[in-house]
Amino acid sequence: MTNPIADFGKARTLLVTGSNTSENHPIIAHHMRRAIRRGTKLLLLEPRDIPLAGLATVWLRHRPGTDVAVLNAMMNVIVSEDLHDHQYIQERTEGFEEFRRVIEQYSPQRAQEISGVSADDIVLAARIYASERPSSIAYAMGITQHVTGTDNVKSLANLAMLCGNVGVEGGGVNPLRGQNNVQGACDMGALPNVFSGYQQVADLAARQKMSQAWGVPFESLPDKPGLTITEILDGAESGQVKALYIMGENPMLSDPDSGHVEKALGHLDFLVVQDIFLTETARLADVVLPAAAYAEREGTYTNTERRVQLSRQAVPPPGQARPDWQIISELARRLDHGWNYSSAEEIFTELAVVTPQYRGITYERLRQGEQLCWPCPTPGHPGTPILHVGRFARGLGKFHAIEYLPPAELPDKKYPLLLTTGRVLQHFHTGTMTRKAAGLEALAPRPFIEVNPADARRLGISGSAPVRVISRRGQIELEARIDERVDCGVVFIPFHYFEAAANRLTNTALDPVAKIPEFKVCAVRLERAG
Amino acid sequence: MSTIKLFIDGKEVEVERGTTILKAAGQAGVRIPTLCHHPDLEPYGGCRLCIVKVEGMRGMPPSCITEVAEGMKVTTEDDEILAARRTVLRLLLADHTYDCLRCRANLDCELQKLTEELGVREHGLIPVLRESTIDESNPLFVRDMNRCVRCARCIRTCQEIIGLGAIDFLGRGHAVEVGPFANQPIAESICESCGECVVHCPTGALSFREQPPRPDRKETVICPYCGTGCSIELHVRRDRVVAASGDRHSEVNRGLLCLKGRFGSFPYLHDPERLTRPLVRKRGELVECDWDEALDLVAQKFRQHRGEAFAAFSSAKVANEDNYLMQKFSREVQGSNSVDHCARL
Repeated sequence: MTNPIADFGKARTLLVTGSNTSENHPIIAHHMRRAIRRGTKLLLLEPRDIPLAGLATVWLRHRPGTDVAVLNAMMNVIVSEDLHDHQYIQERTEGFEEFRRVIEQYSPQRAQEISGVSADDIVLAARIYASERPSSIAYAMGITQHVTGTDNVKSLANLAMLCGNVGVEGGGVNPLRGQNNVQGACDMGALPNVFSGYQQVADLAARQKMSQAWGVPFESLPDKPGLTITEILDGAESGQVKALYIMGENPMLSDPDSGHVEKALGHLDFLVVQDIFLTETARLADVVLPAAAYAEREGTYTNTERRVQLSRQAVPPPGQARPDWQIISELARRLDHGWNYSSAEEIFTELAVVTPQYRGITYERLRQGEQLCWPCPTPGHPGTPILHVGRFARGLGKFHAIEYLPPAELPDKKYPLLLTTGRVLQHFHTGTMTRKAAGLEALAPRPFIEVNPADARRLGISGSAPVRVISRRGQIELEARIDERVDCGVVFIPFHYFEAAANRLTNTALDPVAKIPEFKVCAVRLERAG
Repeated sequence: MSTIKLFIDGKEVEVERGTTILKAAGQAGVRIPTLCHHPDLEPYGGCRLCIVKVEGMRGMPPSCITEVAEGMKVTTEDDEILAARRTVLRLLLADHTYDCLRCRANLDCELQKLTEELGVREHGLIPVLRESTIDESNPLFVRDMNRCVRCARCIRTCQEIIGLGAIDFLGRGHAVEVGPFANQPIAESICESCGECVVHCPTGALSFREQPPRPDRKETVICPYCGTGCSIELHVRRDRVVAASGDRHSEVNRGLLCLKGRFGSFPYLHDPERLTRPLVRKRGELVECDWDEALDLVAQKFRQHRGEAFAAFSSAKVANEDNYLMQKFSREVQGSNSVDHCARL
């Protein structure tokens, strides 16, 4: 997030898109709803009738995957009505003219044809976003899990810059991170192209710095960016990747096209899974290493607003389970690297030295209750809750000219419905943790598919009837829930349930830049089962 | 901020303008009994237990909603005030299921504490019977309107803090009770089961189904679910987590939790299916082994598959320190940049 969570309470307009905030980030939704009670306007760009829809001033209910068309049309309106921030654009950005030539092609009428959203609503939303400032944008995986995910995010950044909403209190472009340490895992360099602190592996100076800090020969650090998760699985299938070490992930349920995942893992020479449960993925491993859970060890986590927080050890790990960092260190020692870390704090001290954004953060400061959002570059630095104040990190903010592109797989005669996936309030990700809580499981015990009443009538499906859902990649059976939460022609399945894993159906098509799979759109058909 | 001076029980006190008498008394170290008042919520003035006398003012104004004024002379308690408070309390008790030992709130009940503070044991009134709702539809908490004192703390919590408004007063007069729209079962309402109404209820009207034993200690952790980063206090007894509550010191969640944080952050820790020993595949089966055997085998295999033949999935669910070491391991030890995690999933 460019801005802290509390800033949602300072915005006069909130644009929420691709985020079912009240079910997936309930505490953030409290901030939003309190603001709305005080008069903040909510603009919702969202295909499903999520709980926030009832509070929206304008709800743009678009067909999944048509975000760029709607956003371009909003910006078309803002520019043609001269509601954009001329001074901000001139002083702080570049690329405006080229961008302007593209959005001029997106009239609200054209966006209506593409997205199904009424042109009048697009105009209304554009006027509110541009005039009732500061305006804050919140988005989540509904924006990014598309083949055009990068385009969608850039379009949101365009919109925010167009109205001078970046680098100001109560504004910003704010991705709501879905897991407790996605931000931290990225910051720490658990990515194929960067070391910690987003220092490029291809950069000579970065490799020199790391090899010195780690005390290894410079040549030993590879300079070519590695493979992403989906590419690693393809590499396993083709025989390029032979050994895979999986820590705390369950790709059998969380990745698209699980049939493909299973086949790829089966091709490996050696699979190690380090986890707290014998997950669907761990069952396929050659070696399974028992890890300590979050409450069984000390460690830091970085939340969606870049706040680095210390989590204490509450209880000992069960049996012989060990903290992940101890297991990794032990393996490094056996592979002749003298890693002798005695605590998580000692590792943090090392990573703070080599990670510019974390350099001023210490366990001691966190223990004393300091609230630190990175970048925190020096020992006494108070942290940086709002990014891009006065100046963008890259200097000038860049407008990107983005054309609308349709999703990779759209409904057709054989697969006439559009499937989108997500979460429910009671469960989390692949359910390995929440489904062990009896109360949560009792509230949401079964997988289901939301079907619009009109589609249900046409297919002869009645409430809670078992149905078979079939895509080009696989099929699952589950209960139908006849519900207007989804629009006609759209169906929704939560992906928490191994017994009807939504990712048997989803498409592996990737965003070409971010390599995110298109979980939010694929084509399926429905049949009555049993 | 300008200040004013007033007299509380004859003692001169200087407080911020706009403060309530209740707050001013608190600052002066004088306790006034309350029930509907809660520091997280806007002043309400519902229960009338915090009544005081103000010189020159008619009647006994509730101190929680009466602003201080320059030179104000407040009496927080005398025989008349005490008698009025006891009457208020007796009326509440006459309309309340009076079986404390069986109540989930026993010994943690503000109504019960007030009976002790004000010396009221018997209400001495003839109760007017009414049928109150007992709603057990939610597997996480129970609503027993026989124990409700109509302080509206739950209603106000859901409106002011959660911003949801799932519940409100229903009906009129003596039949008033709290419930969701049309008094449907709470599980079928828009309620998000966060449990904050239960946390803010002064009696046993709202109670969690799970009744954990008293903790030996509490430890502060970061919630293992979404990216909000709420701070949780885990209640620990004999090295087992028995409950979770929101950390009021956190700037992120200020004591609040959602249902996953409150009910889902700890049961899985002690699940019998947790992995407790390393497993190695032998003749097709995963069998338990000791650490040395498992790690030696992994090291031997990793030695064979270095560079592009090696890849690692790190995790958005583990700490920064683990992620840092995993990428360091992949790059330094295995010579591979193929390390990634599920940020995209």
